[in-house]
Amino acid sequence: MQVPAHFEYERATSVDHALALLARWGGEARVVAGGHSLIPMMKLRLARPEALIDINDLTELSYLRLAGDELLLGAMTRHADLLASPLVGEHYPILHDAERVIADPIVRNRGTIGGSLCQADPSEDLSAAFAAIDAVAVIRGPSGARTVPVREFHTGPYETVVGPDELLTEIRVPIRPGGGSAYEKVERRVGDWAVAAAGAAIWLDGESAGGAGQPGIVRDVGIGLTAVGASHFHAAEAEASLRGAPATEENFAEAGRLAGAHCEPAADQRGPVDYKRHLASELTVRALRRAAARARGQEA
Amino acid sequence: MQVTVTVNGEEYTRDVDTRLLLVHFLRDHLGLTGTHWGCDTSNCGVCTVWLDGVPVKSCTVLAVMADGHAVRTVEGLERNGTLDPVQEGFVQCHGLQCGFCTPGMMLTARWLLDHNPDPSEEQIREAISGQSCRCTGYENIVRSVRWAAEHSTVEATK
Repeated sequence: MQVPAHFEYERATSVDHALALLARWGGEARVVAGGHSLIPMMKLRLARPEALIDINDLTELSYLRLAGDELLLGAMTRHADLLASPLVGEHYPILHDAERVIADPIVRNRGTIGGSLCQADPSEDLSAAFAAIDAVAVIRGPSGARTVPVREFHTGPYETVVGPDELLTEIRVPIRPGGGSAYEKVERRVGDWAVAAAGAAIWLDGESAGGAGQPGIVRDVGIGLTAVGASHFHAAEAEASLRGAPATEENFAEAGRLAGAHCEPAADQRGPVDYKRHLASELTVRALRRAAARARGQEA
Repeated sequence: MQVTVTVNGEEYTRDVDTRLLLVHFLRDHLGLTGTHWGCDTSNCGVCTVWLDGVPVKSCTVLAVMADGHAVRTVEGLERNGTLDPVQEGFVQCHGLQCGFCTPGMMLTARWLLDHNPDPSEEQIREAISGQSCRCTGYENIVRSVRWAAEHSTVEATK
């Protein structure tokens, strides 16, 4: 039987209450949302917080809505709700692609998007997806709210910029017209962590996108990588090679090559380094290809 | 600490250790051993129960997190001595062999049929994809759920 070490249990009734509890425990507490990473870690004694602060009652942090030209995602949104949202699918199919391959439907009923980001597992899928679409994290603390781009959110494996007295409350994603996005993952079996995965969002020039067989010019692009040691889950070099270039197979292949060359995968039971590098390249190309097809309206 | 959990419509109040998992609360404190306990790592899904109307893996939920909430277990499927169509489907179609995964499978199937009364084989397989049958009896599990879909005379039992 796997049993966590002893801890005190606190249940937050509001964001302010959660922040007060965090302040009171002075870094010795952990916030529990869905608990599907933290509770297994506590069972294995990889985590031994003195207190758990349960934020599952904070339903005010569970929402998906448009505000101006931004999509706002509450941190307590369950994976299942993100996957079921037509609003999310319309603007960012990459998030639905990623959610379909996160764990299994029952885990997705409980796990939250904020919890996934804060867990900062190097193999976690949403971090790369949000990096690709240049999302922004909203973090509340004792002195108010601050925003941090997801591309600067992670400071290392299992480490983020969220301080011991702070709480991630929202993820904001800018909505920009003319775009498409996609996520491609290779896993050993259904529901497993990624061997490697890549997410891409691409915005094509409005005049030429899909017109008369023209590939279109890449106005902007975002590429995220999962489980291959990419800094901040982000493939900056691959992105730079595509901006302003025609959205062709040849240029996608070059971006894929750069994505594979600039990541730092580690060999483990999921595969050796060269295999993971190959996957990072190939999955980047596939994600770009599908994202571009969606931008052109050629694929749902 | 003291927790009060509504299980299958009945309130239970117990003193529990904060680190007690919901699966052990149900089995050891309430004697509801229909909920099984398998891998302990939220992979196998045999411990699946409903928490506030949604299937969850009860080895990865603390009993204290269920305080004030409603749980439904396999014991809550039959009504007044009448089996739920899902249970009847498992009987009719040989949906179980050793029976270890069966409670979790049936609870997921009930939830699926409540939300999608006529699921395709693919949709059934997707719904149970977080649960392992160690007898590999998936064909008959899918048939059992289809049987229930085709023989549902009762209202959805949310």
